[in-house]
Amino acid sequence: MTAEFRIALAGNPNSGKTTLFNALTGSRQHVGNYPGVTVEKKEGVYRLEHTKINIVDLPGTYSLTAYSEEEVVARDFLIFEKPQVIVNIIDAANLERNLYLTTQFFELGIPVVIALNMIDAARDRGIEIKEDRLAEYLGVPVVPIIARTGFGTQKLMEETVRQAAKKKEWNPKPISYGEDIDSTLLDLEEKITAGNFLIDTYPARWIAIKYLESDQQIIDRGRKENAVLSAVLEKEVEAVARHLRETMETYPEAMVADHRYGYIKGILQRGVISHKYDKDRLYTSDRIDKVLTNRFLGPLFMGLVLFALYTFTFNYSELPVAWLESLFGQLALMADHLLPDGQLKSLVVSGIIDGVGGVLGFVPLIMFMFFGIAILEDTGYLARVAFMLDRIFRIFGLNGSSVMAYILSGGIAGGCAVPGVMATRTLRSPKERMATLLTAPFMNCGAKLPVLALFIGAFFSENKAQYMFFFTILSWTVALVLAKLLRVTVLKGESTPFVLELPPYRFPTLKGLFIHTWEKTWQYIKKAGTVILGISIIIWAMMTYPGLPEKDKEKFVQQRQEVEAAYPAMIVAGSNMTISEEEAAERSRMLAAIDRAESGMALRYSVAGRVGTALESVSFLAGFDWRTNIALIGGVAAKEVILSTLGTAYSLGGDNQDQSGSLGQVLAADPGWNPVKALSVLLFISYYAPCFVTVICISREAGSWKWGAFSMVFNTLFAFILAILVFQIGSLFC
Amino acid sequence: MSRMILRKMRKNQKGVITAVKKDGELGRRIRDMGLVPGTEITVQGRAPLYDPVALRVMGSVISLRNNEADFIEVEVQP
Ligand SMILES: Nc1nc2c(ncn2[C@@H]2O[C@H](COP(=O)(O)OP(=O)(O)OP(=O)(O)O)[C@@H](O)[C@H]2O)c(=O)[nH]1
Ligand SMILES: [Mg+2]
Repeated sequence: MTAEFRIALAGNPNSGKTTLFNALTGSRQHVGNYPGVTVEKKEGVYRLEHTKINIVDLPGTYSLTAYSEEEVVARDFLIFEKPQVIVNIIDAANLERNLYLTTQFFELGIPVVIALNMIDAARDRGIEIKEDRLAEYLGVPVVPIIARTGFGTQKLMEETVRQAAKKKEWNPKPISYGEDIDSTLLDLEEKITAGNFLIDTYPARWIAIKYLESDQQIIDRGRKENAVLSAVLEKEVEAVARHLRETMETYPEAMVADHRYGYIKGILQRGVISHKYDKDRLYTSDRIDKVLTNRFLGPLFMGLVLFALYTFTFNYSELPVAWLESLFGQLALMADHLLPDGQLKSLVVSGIIDGVGGVLGFVPLIMFMFFGIAILEDTGYLARVAFMLDRIFRIFGLNGSSVMAYILSGGIAGGCAVPGVMATRTLRSPKERMATLLTAPFMNCGAKLPVLALFIGAFFSENKAQYMFFFTILSWTVALVLAKLLRVTVLKGESTPFVLELPPYRFPTLKGLFIHTWEKTWQYIKKAGTVILGISIIIWAMMTYPGLPEKDKEKFVQQRQEVEAAYPAMIVAGSNMTISEEEAAERSRMLAAIDRAESGMALRYSVAGRVGTALESVSFLAGFDWRTNIALIGGVAAKEVILSTLGTAYSLGGDNQDQSGSLGQVLAADPGWNPVKALSVLLFISYYAPCFVTVICISREAGSWKWGAFSMVFNTLFAFILAILVFQIGSLFC
Repeated sequence: MSRMILRKMRKNQKGVITAVKKDGELGRRIRDMGLVPGTEITVQGRAPLYDPVALRVMGSVISLRNNEADFIEVEVQP
């Protein structure tokens, strides 16, 4: 017989839930060493013999009285979807604080199995936990595990299945909160039960506790259910609150919290934990922090790390990028030779190879960058960056936690605005959150990075890493200044407290780093092979059709004939007998010029060419020519398309005679381009409308399509004005 | 033994929390993190611009801003 259960992984942020989830289900969800990595619930399956276990990985939460958006996700799941068992992941090195959430599960009465995780890290700190005693005193099973290595996970699942099979009723554990509170609780409980108030969803005592804690969500729900009774309960809570304030200068919710901790201390004092070293001893992690977050060395080190990352990425990826470029160049040449002249050849060479190849060529760069970011993320350094920058971010109306959203969006270049926008869920104040998610797309995501690399390589090749560094700092400045602008105008409002746990530094595992890097890189490759390929083909078609009218084509045929007549070629036995070498060179030069003129005219005649040319009437202000316009329009779909479209435009437009030259070389050699124009284009690309997926994500997270539309219009306007300024002023000097 | 608010504490100074004078969401958040009366804390350090402050609490490190630290009263060891 097969059985099926649904269990949830719940626990404090950064306790290793997702690591366990990945180990059990074989998934590759994002793991990182800072609190609040997971912001959405994720589901997977684990099989134990004949039992199918549906596992749900939840965002971490400190309390069942939800605080920020992602904690609401966790709590709503537990309360409304009622998993059969909660596997409560606890960081063993941090037992006392982690058990605070556990006591709240006890209050709810939901069956719990405790996974005592990171016992390796605890042991390193000299902490030993007697799990059998802990289990006895808490009254629930406790299984020690190391989620990273998979140690103990099988046993954990066996225990979980055993608990789930018992099909226990929810059984709230009565914890005492002191005389005053306890008697009020009893009273409230009675009224709740008598009034049949919400008790088909929650246990009566739990509702009473939430009223005492003034949990706004529950109270709102209560008011909707039965406004009269809710008012009675609120009044009673009010009375006890006044009493506590007058006699003890405290609040009901504080009393409840104190007694929860008291309950935990009572248990831990009974020989559950033994410390091998002095409790106050500085852990290795604290010693590292003495240097890395030092008031003077900290910022210095932060700058150094960023700069080292760029140097490493750009210097070491240069060679493999060049290899890939020449590989695609060879491929284009081969296709050129093999395929007969015509539309198919044009599609393959100009549409696919030059388009998608241009994007794929940057895979090594992307890979190096993601590897570097993975190291920073997995060690726990990023949480320190948030800590150090909070004060600065506050000046701009943001929060230290916004730093994480920026970095995920590409704050260290490479990243993606979609997870970045989602990460803003950890921000409590809606206004601050909106300001963060609207400005996060200004960062240089993994798709913009190659565009930047291309232009910087072509026009500022002397100091690539320095320029990249500069563009990164500039992105942060722009994002912060615009965030401030939003915060004093449309998004005025209070700020979020910054209460953040700084996780201990951990050694990243090699496996973790590789999975991290590969997942991101693979996403990039996959996107190039699917979405970008599709868009490239569409854009190729728009750049090819309609073809030149016969009349025009004939003109070019005629011109060719004239050249051929002027230099008659008579080929005898493979060698040219009638014209001299110079004449032959002159002849082919002239023929090529005619080819170029024809393809240039054809591109302008096409749909895309006409749109691009029409836009020139505005875009000339910023120095964008019609070809760039085509690429920029494509870039609204996905930023990678900018590269692929430029590749196609320059290969179709036929200005380059040397087919194997990379796009960077082509642009650098093109007389229509110069550093000022490149800079203006680059800035525009960095800051104009986010890609479609991001716009959709912004709309969803902000709760309205208006904000998605706002970000497209606002960003494009801002970017355009900036580009005009740079181009006009720059042109005065060059 | 003397009482002071958390903001005034020096680096590396130790103390025991005596009161968290804040209700509502922020008060709850502070307590959720383990900052309740009776908890021992050590000021581990401060960010470059003197704010936020990092505290060692029950073996982990928690950072909060000075204006949030204003609600926390501590009995410090001399
Ligand atoms: N030493 C050690 N580290 C672990 C173990 N399990 C997880 N970690 C590390 O702990 C950190 C947090 O892991 P996650 O799985 O992302 O934690 P989470 O609970 O999902 O975190 P949120 O999604 O933010 O709530 C990562 O750096 C992991 O590598 C373990 O058993 N031992
Ligand atoms: Mg997680």
